[in-house]
Amino acid sequence: MMIARMHKRGCAVRKVVTLFLSFFKIGIFTFGGGYAMIALLKNEFVSKKQWITDDEFLDMAAIAESTPGPIAINCATYIGCRTAGFGGALASTIAVCIPSFAIIYLISSFFENFLELSYVSYALDGIQACVVYLILSAATQMIKGVRKTLFNMVLGITVFVTMLAFSVLSVDFSTVFYILICGMMGVAAYLIQLRRRKKDKK
Amino acid sequence: MIYLQLFWEFLKIGAVSFGGGYGMIALIREAVLKNNWMSESEFMAFIAVSESTPGPLAVNMATFVGASQGNFPGAVLATLGVITPAFIIILLITVCMNNLLKYAGVNAFLDGVRPCIAALILETGLAVGLSAFCGIRQVTDSLDIRYERILIFCILWGMGYLVKKMGKKAPSPVLLIILSACLGIVVNVV
Repeated sequence: MMIARMHKRGCAVRKVVTLFLSFFKIGIFTFGGGYAMIALLKNEFVSKKQWITDDEFLDMAAIAESTPGPIAINCATYIGCRTAGFGGALASTIAVCIPSFAIIYLISSFFENFLELSYVSYALDGIQACVVYLILSAATQMIKGVRKTLFNMVLGITVFVTMLAFSVLSVDFSTVFYILICGMMGVAAYLIQLRRRKKDKK
Repeated sequence: MIYLQLFWEFLKIGAVSFGGGYGMIALIREAVLKNNWMSESEFMAFIAVSESTPGPLAVNMATFVGASQGNFPGAVLATLGVITPAFIIILLITVCMNNLLKYAGVNAFLDGVRPCIAALILETGLAVGLSAFCGIRQVTDSLDIRYERILIFCILWGMGYLVKKMGKKAPSPVLLIILSACLGIVVNVV
């Protein structure tokens, strides 16, 4: 009995350690954000270790995309919790952060001196243009993914115009509010639809 | 209390950033500019570094901003701030609300958020572009057109267009950043 319990305990600890190492590795090798990570995760936990089924993985991806926060963190917490409970969630989440934290912290310690080099400032001219390009192409991709219903278009255009106006006129209105208000508008639209449908039935 | 402020700002960002890294860039940019933590061009350099190093964009940005304002403790607190909401929400979902996405209300909320995030990223792209290409952040700023940057932007855009026309996958951000850095040096030296 005792031995069985100890054995079980050992397994759980081993699982947590494996989770930590796997997520550490994934943290080192994912360039380009959350979506790239999803492919690596699938390879590691569905194909290789088989800790998670295909269906469950799809569920996880949907949840990770529709909850706030970095996708990588969402996935790490989910997989960690599913396979080894709270300890697993904690180990996975911390492990996935450590590599990028360490690398960025190192870079940041000499970053300011680095910016003063003249060739670096030339290079930054190009990089500024590139960052604008990256953000705009992310925006067009996102816009393509949004369904073109009247509701979406009105909401999107209203947000866009007010934000642009406010930022040019430097009116202080937190972006957080736009997101929350739009979410509530979504709920309101749903309730109105529901009501209409009920009326139609009567 | 810069540490508390860092933690609180990034906690807010972590709690409302739906849809991955680029939506988060909009929120972080707002926080950084509002608190005068760094200039727009420094921030753009940060984005480039965060894009070209491994790991989640959000964690990279949080560590970077935190380290620049409060060294090691600042970096730790900003990073903790940005991951805490996600951690708690996902724990709750896995433990007790596994069918969260089956609730119509949750989906309705997300339906409203999606177009908002798209608009948010587009607005950030335009605002960043205006400041990088024309030196304008507010109506009162005077025009300072940077032709070399516009030229590089056009080159990148043309390349992206051609690649898409040929039906190939878009080049990775890291590659684009390295290429544009080289272009920047060439344009300024020639």
